[in-house]
Amino acid sequence: MGAYLTRRVLLMALTLFGMSVLIFVMLRLVPGDIADILVDSAGIVDAAEKAKIVRELGLDKPIHEQYFGWISGLARGDLGFAYVSERPALEEIAPRIPVSANLALLALIYSVVLGVPLGVISAVRQNTALDYGLRVVSLSGLSLPSFWLALLILMASVQWFGTIPIYKVEPRSIWDEFLLLSVPALAVGFRSSALIMRLTRSSMLEVMRQDYIRTARSKGATATSVNYNHALRNALLPVVTIIGIEAAFLIGGLIVTETVFNIPGVARFLVEAILWRDYPIVQNIVMLIAFITVLVNFVVDMAYMVLDPRIKYAD
Amino acid sequence: MATFDHDAALARAGANVSGFWGRAAFLARRYPLGAAGLLLVVLFVVTAVFAPWIANRDPFTTNARASLAGPGGGYWLGADFMGRDMFSRIVYGARISLAVAAGATVLGFAIGIAIGLAGGYLGGWLDLATQRVMDIMQALPLLVMALVMAASLGPSLQNTIIAIAIALVPNVARVVRSSTLSLREQPFVEAARAAGLSELRIAVRHVLPNTMAPLIVLATAQLGSAILTEASLSFLGLGVPEPHPSWGRMLSESAAEYVRTAPWLVIFPGIAISLTVFGTNLLGDAVRDIFDPRERT
Repeated sequence: MGAYLTRRVLLMALTLFGMSVLIFVMLRLVPGDIADILVDSAGIVDAAEKAKIVRELGLDKPIHEQYFGWISGLARGDLGFAYVSERPALEEIAPRIPVSANLALLALIYSVVLGVPLGVISAVRQNTALDYGLRVVSLSGLSLPSFWLALLILMASVQWFGTIPIYKVEPRSIWDEFLLLSVPALAVGFRSSALIMRLTRSSMLEVMRQDYIRTARSKGATATSVNYNHALRNALLPVVTIIGIEAAFLIGGLIVTETVFNIPGVARFLVEAILWRDYPIVQNIVMLIAFITVLVNFVVDMAYMVLDPRIKYAD
Repeated sequence: MATFDHDAALARAGANVSGFWGRAAFLARRYPLGAAGLLLVVLFVVTAVFAPWIANRDPFTTNARASLAGPGGGYWLGADFMGRDMFSRIVYGARISLAVAAGATVLGFAIGIAIGLAGGYLGGWLDLATQRVMDIMQALPLLVMALVMAASLGPSLQNTIIAIAIALVPNVARVVRSSTLSLREQPFVEAARAAGLSELRIAVRHVLPNTMAPLIVLATAQLGSAILTEASLSFLGLGVPEPHPSWGRMLSESAAEYVRTAPWLVIFPGIAISLTVFGTNLLGDAVRDIFDPRERT
């Protein structure tokens, strides 16, 4: 067990290191850097002026020096300076994290609250009209682009309330923030709930075929007891793993939804930074996303082991 | 005691089905949702292929006087800000979606199969190295990976295809690798080796065809996500650039701004994306059930 954990942690570190190299190199493949954009937007064509910008931003240094500069800074908690705002990248990124985190958490809650019960109903009523209906709903959840769903929600709110819920910089209270985030979270969460619902359904169906379910039925347990005490508790195991995939799903959903609803979160900031070629912001946010994804997968594997005593990771 | 009707059971299992149309009718009855999905996919492909005959106007012609014209009249689905016909743009948009979905899937699968087959079959350091690279690529969600790739390649139709293809690679490589790992221990591989075939030939001609079932399932499932990823990239302004009529970009142009004044600009491209992806998802589910009966739901 100890050896397994050590290997897992080392692999995680290796993955993150590889990601840091990958993102760093890929960003520098981009045709045109921030200096070009700044020069273009200011309308300056002075080569000396441009060279000065390049020097100030450290873009003239060899690429490996730039990389080590970034990584050693990262180790000290210094993320460098944002090109656009010229403020420390940490100060730019950190305040946006709670916004995205709250949105993601809310979306996750929605997706579980909607997905698990509907998945159970769909499985228990397999091949009925209700099951077909729910399956079509869940598949459509996977088929609607979340930004379109978000736009439709905006349209509906304009139609009915004559206004659009715009995220304010400083929500007055937690309740206020909850209200503002609940609609965008629904746009993200609906898609994820579809994934959870499908998995819960197929996992339930799998479990319902097991012998111990037949045993439970034959000893006279009620249908409710069989469905919930015997089947659901075992069927939920694979659903836990999906949270790993879910994390990836949610982040993708956040990117477009934050853009549509103008929510000042990390995900929208990433898109803006990419458009601006703001390397320090892009590479740090990408590393943050990679770190979260890798960590979530690790935690899910560990949770799986705790929940299912049959699973033991060999040393 | 209930009687067992053998003939009915055999008919349900498709025992008396013969011929292409007979089989098709049987499968359609057995997987009605899958048949509906196939219908949507066929409709989408036909629209893309025959776009010039289906569209009633040129999708690129601007007309200042028709700016934001409502649906009906000369513009079936309305016109955008520049007075371009939405119906024609959506019809031509099917070409972009199809090009990206097919292009990215084929390219991503080609690379993924090569990596997965080489790693799984040869094993050793090559397998270790490719697996670690796949780990790294999977540390980013599909959309983020495609976003970063698209940004570093620059906006063009071709680069959007490459960006999405690369983001699809790790999944494919893992599926091929895991099938290959068990296949290479099979007696038929040993037999092929005893017959004096080269390792490359064994891998490509004998092992690869046996990994096809899960790959076909994965490919159908990925078509939809490739279309959605393209739409998202274009929506964010990092996908297919002007003048190509991409469904995703149509939504970004019309977003927020025209939500009040011209809702048709928001509604119709979204319906086009959703129906197409819905079709591929329905089809994908049926294909999975057919190829992998254990997963049948």
